Amino acid sequence: MSTTLMLIQALNGLQLGVLLFLIAAGLTLVFGVMGFINLAHGVQYMVGAYLMVAFYGVTGHFLAAILLALVAALAIGLALEFLVFRHFYDRSHLDQVIATFGVILTLNQAVKVIWGPAPLIIPTPDLLSHSFVLVEGLLYPVFRIAIIGLGLGVAVLLWALVRYTRFGMLVRAGATNPEMVSALGVDIRRLFLVVFGFGAMLAGFAGAMAAPIFSVEPGMGDDLLIIAFVVIVIGGIGSIQGAFVAALLVGLVDTLGRSMATDVLKLLVEPAAANQIGPALASMMIYLLMAAILFWRPRGLFPAAGTA
Amino acid sequence: MRDAAEAQGVQTPALRIPAELVPALVVFALLAAGPILAEAYGGAYLTSLLMRVMILAIAALSLDLLIGHGGLVSFGHAAFVGLGAYVAGIMITEGVIDLLAILAVAVAVAVAVAALTGAVSLRTTGVHFIMITLAFGQMLYFTATSLSAYGGDDGLTLWERADLWGTGLLASDLGLYYAVLLTLVLTHAALLKVVGSRFGRVLRAAAQNETRVAALGYDVFRVRLVAYILAAVIAAVAGVLLANQAEFVSPATLSWQRSGDLIIVVVLGGMGSRSGAVLGAAALVLIEEALSSLTHDWRLIFGPMLILLALASRGGLAALATWTIRRG
Repeated sequence: MSTTLMLIQALNGLQLGVLLFLIAAGLTLVFGVMGFINLAHGVQYMVGAYLMVAFYGVTGHFLAAILLALVAALAIGLALEFLVFRHFYDRSHLDQVIATFGVILTLNQAVKVIWGPAPLIIPTPDLLSHSFVLVEGLLYPVFRIAIIGLGLGVAVLLWALVRYTRFGMLVRAGATNPEMVSALGVDIRRLFLVVFGFGAMLAGFAGAMAAPIFSVEPGMGDDLLIIAFVVIVIGGIGSIQGAFVAALLVGLVDTLGRSMATDVLKLLVEPAAANQIGPALASMMIYLLMAAILFWRPRGLFPAAGTA
Repeated sequence: MRDAAEAQGVQTPALRIPAELVPALVVFALLAAGPILAEAYGGAYLTSLLMRVMILAIAALSLDLLIGHGGLVSFGHAAFVGLGAYVAGIMITEGVIDLLAILAVAVAVAVAVAALTGAVSLRTTGVHFIMITLAFGQMLYFTATSLSAYGGDDGLTLWERADLWGTGLLASDLGLYYAVLLTLVLTHAALLKVVGSRFGRVLRAAAQNETRVAALGYDVFRVRLVAYILAAVIAAVAGVLLANQAEFVSPATLSWQRSGDLIIVVVLGGMGSRSGAVLGAAALVLIEEALSSLTHDWRLIFGPMLILLALASRGGLAALATWTIRRG
């Protein structure tokens, strides 16, 4: 019984890890290539989820809604880049923090005005709504497996894109030395725009996929954003590979930590104290992980060469 | 030329008050008159609003030591405010209402936590420093949510305030008000001394060029750690005051959004200036009040304002006020 529970928690952790990767991938590229702290990246995840709800309401078709949500998320990402972010690439991190904090407040309030403060839900698509027998006596929903599969698929695609295409080469070069890339005649502004739009779309995709599992509400991206930052810092800023490893690591540590911390503590201290400390320790686990990794490797697990 | 020389503080007669300091002094004078104004206009609402301004200003002053002078953008500073608030909350709940005892414990806890987290955080720089301070802030936040004996997620209501030597000084709003004002003025004066000292100059120099300062023989890490601990202690004192003012303590005080608010106050007011944190705190609270009385969805206005602030911020309100004083 305990092993099956572990298996389920591991799958849940993997699913969280995959969602985190979709968010962190864009974040780490924007950060690595442009040196830009985008606190508003979590908002793009939220916007993706709301767009999914909206388009599902209009079309009633899951796949069509996802595609429309992706296009709209891309458009919103590009609009934000054009209106706000591009004016801050050359500015201090402090200015970037404040400006993107402003974007968070604005968009969180905007979705509250448009869709109301109450959490929204949409059903999982019919095709994926059943569960299958994981091991005897335990069901696991197909939709969650689909998310893991899709996330891993996107990871492979991204890896191939960054590794083998000209665009990927420019992104890698940009993360290492943007001035040199610019001096070699690449339109760095356009590269930034593309990277930004792409990152926004990935975060929107994560939001759209998460919409049927989590409740869709204002501010839903805020906490996930902080975890995504933990992911990219652990992975090494600017590294897709690092983001992938760190996202799965954080997803697993967080989920398994939450299900096991109290039980493990009971072996060490008396049960009452364990019940008290366990949940807090579980919430802190990923931050402890990050502090420990930064202590021994101040630039993360896979530091992109040349970034300061 | 004369103005420029004055701006540098050169050849200014000893007794003249520097123009940079005037805005803060004006705000202090207004705050001192606050309860009298409250009698005439807003009543208890106005005094509690002004107390919030002052407590925010104390916390922002301490953060400005890190951001404005040390170049260290800490994104977890609200956690130290929360730390002080929780020390006060827990001690009062347990029946210890002596203010000095509460302050002593709050300071001791802040020193311990800041020494530990600072020693780790200050090994990193730039973005990594922002993120690791954020991470430590989150850890303290989750610690607060797990204190189920003291309210957990819901927070902790205080049934009485701290007391100084049995005088009942803080029990009345007026007594508390002037205690907070006194703390603010003392903090402001003490920090002026600190940043003007050799220590302050080394801290600023290290923000500009760490290698050179190290080459001059200063231990940059230790200077920064001392600044980090000092800022944490002041923030914790602000937290103790906050708990007494609000008579309520909750994990929300430690959230990263509150840390963001503190950064906004520092930048809005003007980083590293002598009046900035005070002006910024007053401006932020007043803007929030004014906008939220206009519309329920005031963040739709406030958000874009922040973006414009970041776009235009060069010296903040303090620079604007100083400039106006010099012209007029």
